[in-house]
Amino acid sequence: MNGLLFLIPIALALGLIGLGSFLWSLNHGQFDDLDGAALRIFIDEDERENGP
Amino acid sequence: MSAAAAMPLVERDFAVPDIRCAGCISKLEQGLVRDKRIAAARVNFTEKRVHLTHTPDAAMPDLIGAFSLLGFEAHPIGDAVGEVAPEAASSRELLRAVAVAGFAMMNIMLLSVSVWSGAAGATRDLFHWLSAAIALPAIAYSGRPFFRSAWRALRHRHTNMDVPISIGVLLATGLSLYETATHGIHAYFDSAVMLLFFLLCGRWLDSVMRDRARGGVTALLRNMGTGALVLKGAAATRWVDATALEAGMVMLVAAGERLAADGIVTTGDSQIDLSLLTGESAPQAVHVGDPVHAGTLNLAAPIRVRITAAGADTAIADIARLMGEAAQGKSRYVRIADRAARLYAPAVHGLALAAFAGWMLAGAGWHQSLLIAVAVLIITCPCALGLAVPAAQIVAAGALMRLGILVKDGSALERLAEVDQAMFDKTGTLTLGRPIATDLDALDPVHRPLLLALAQVSRHPLSEALTRALVASGVQAEAVDSVRESPGFGVAARWHDHIVTLGRPQGPVAGDALVTELAIDGTPAARVHFADALRSDAREAVDALRDEGIAATILSGDRAEAVAPVARALGLTAQTGMRPEDKLAAIARQSGAGHRVLMVGDGLNDGPALAAGHASIAPGSASDAGKNAADFIVLGDRVMPVVQAVRVARQTQRIVRQNFALAIGYNIVAVPLALFGIVTPLIAAVAMSGSSLIVVGNAMRLKRMKGRAR
Repeated sequence: MNGLLFLIPIALALGLIGLGSFLWSLNHGQFDDLDGAALRIFIDEDERENGP
Repeated sequence: MSAAAAMPLVERDFAVPDIRCAGCISKLEQGLVRDKRIAAARVNFTEKRVHLTHTPDAAMPDLIGAFSLLGFEAHPIGDAVGEVAPEAASSRELLRAVAVAGFAMMNIMLLSVSVWSGAAGATRDLFHWLSAAIALPAIAYSGRPFFRSAWRALRHRHTNMDVPISIGVLLATGLSLYETATHGIHAYFDSAVMLLFFLLCGRWLDSVMRDRARGGVTALLRNMGTGALVLKGAAATRWVDATALEAGMVMLVAAGERLAADGIVTTGDSQIDLSLLTGESAPQAVHVGDPVHAGTLNLAAPIRVRITAAGADTAIADIARLMGEAAQGKSRYVRIADRAARLYAPAVHGLALAAFAGWMLAGAGWHQSLLIAVAVLIITCPCALGLAVPAAQIVAAGALMRLGILVKDGSALERLAEVDQAMFDKTGTLTLGRPIATDLDALDPVHRPLLLALAQVSRHPLSEALTRALVASGVQAEAVDSVRESPGFGVAARWHDHIVTLGRPQGPVAGDALVTELAIDGTPAARVHFADALRSDAREAVDALRDEGIAATILSGDRAEAVAPVARALGLTAQTGMRPEDKLAAIARQSGAGHRVLMVGDGLNDGPALAAGHASIAPGSASDAGKNAADFIVLGDRVMPVVQAVRVARQTQRIVRQNFALAIGYNIVAVPLALFGIVTPLIAAVAMSGSSLIVVGNAMRLKRMKGRAR
């Protein structure tokens, strides 16, 4: 029974972290360009450094 | 550099329809910043947009030039588009509500499962209190879209879907709170939050669909009327946005450019393409002193135009006013879910009330009776209406998008499924609406490579048409040097010690026909004629529509002589020489006779008719006004997507009706259980999520749809 005293707050905290990080990423434009994000992985970072 | 840094930077959005791959992203983002005036560029691939941060001294033509240097066509997105932003914000607010409801649902379910599996006494009370602590704020936050809309409906003495939802959620929450306080066995917090979660998912899907279509439409809106080069003093010019143009200014309009304001030609002779404004396919010759209108395309040579009217005073504004009036009829359409709600809501309320009264009479006590009434409300939750309809429509919209058809919103799909008559505009809808070389086959094979060599260096509409046709037929360009393009005349170059030119014919030209001439050393060698051509699958599409039970006719603003060949080729009847108000009247006549009319058109002159049609479709090449007024936009050069859209809309409607049948069947099984007081929170949770999954699963079947005949 005492285990609940730890487990319930932990479960709730984990859920809240998930919710908080989702809302954070939503507000910071992480979901604005889903198709673009999938393609950006193909862009070579080296090219970018050689650029201006 | 420090001086530049001190200046405030300007931010602007550009629509770049040609972003297709990862290469384009890096090319644009790295290439654009090479221009010293552009501080940062960020591509949004989903919306095919580029966000630029630049110094204030970079004028619009410079910025567009920076794009074209990289091989991309860019269109500035004006502030007019920005005013729809509140809708995008509402989609985001809904997603936040979904996230909160989802979080609350999972955690309450965690606690509820323990209660269902036998927690008792103090533990159960603790779990119920914890559930309440999570549910109350979550419902207060996530339920707002429903509460607001229900309150608005009640204040106007209506009822909509949101009234039974709000009453169900509030009653269930209130009763559960009472149960918790009195150490009761059953609490419905999980049901209330789950109900909100599923319904919010439906709402969110609906708004995502509208956002996606709007993004697509914005990317298509073209440079029409976004500005002009205005003469300042004797020789200097500057770029002025369309909103800042004033009567009296003199604007320079290059060949191939659209006019941003009404005016009178002061210098130069040219041909003007009026097809978007009047539907007339043959270009009109204009000379000094002739009036020209905003939105028309300057075809032949650069002209100077003294502005007589700009912005709200232009001829376009009259059409816009007609459009506004025509669109009011469409806003009276009631969506199928709301129509169902009108029957459903009173039935649900009546049933719950009857359950309460019945158990009271049977002597069960108000507490027991209320518990059963709440169970009835929760079980009859309109998940099928709230979730299944948008789910089916967004899956259908996705399938249509793969076919190259953009859908504005869900109600458009419902309306399109009901049409039984189609009216087509001619120019730009059944025909391509741009010049196509008609007599290439008659050309001497020696001249073709030369023609391509000259045509491909010019941006003139006729040259572009010629280049497209020649490249498609596999012609290789001849090597020429010292190429020079003189505006208003044509292109000249040197080829094996000969001077070759491509441009306006030297001799007389019959009528208003579009002709370009190849000359070698000043002697005419070949002429190419241009005309508007029928879209390749127009006949096939008209026949397929007839098979679907939809009769088609032509409504054209063009002259009878120009419409007759098209009507004959397609086997359709046609009405010709129609002004925008005539088209509107023709549609009103058919709707008065009980028909539901599908309007397919592209021009400004079709705008009012597109707004008035029961459903409307515009090709991607349509005027901005046409694209804004239409429910669907078809990309590409084919007419067949019109038929595919009708088929997909009808299939969607079939699925929606199946979902209603599923929901009613589920209610027939579950409601008696609720009425007899057998439904526990566990049964309610299983029934609710089960029925939601079934209707969503049924909607997913639309994903495989290709719009083929059944």
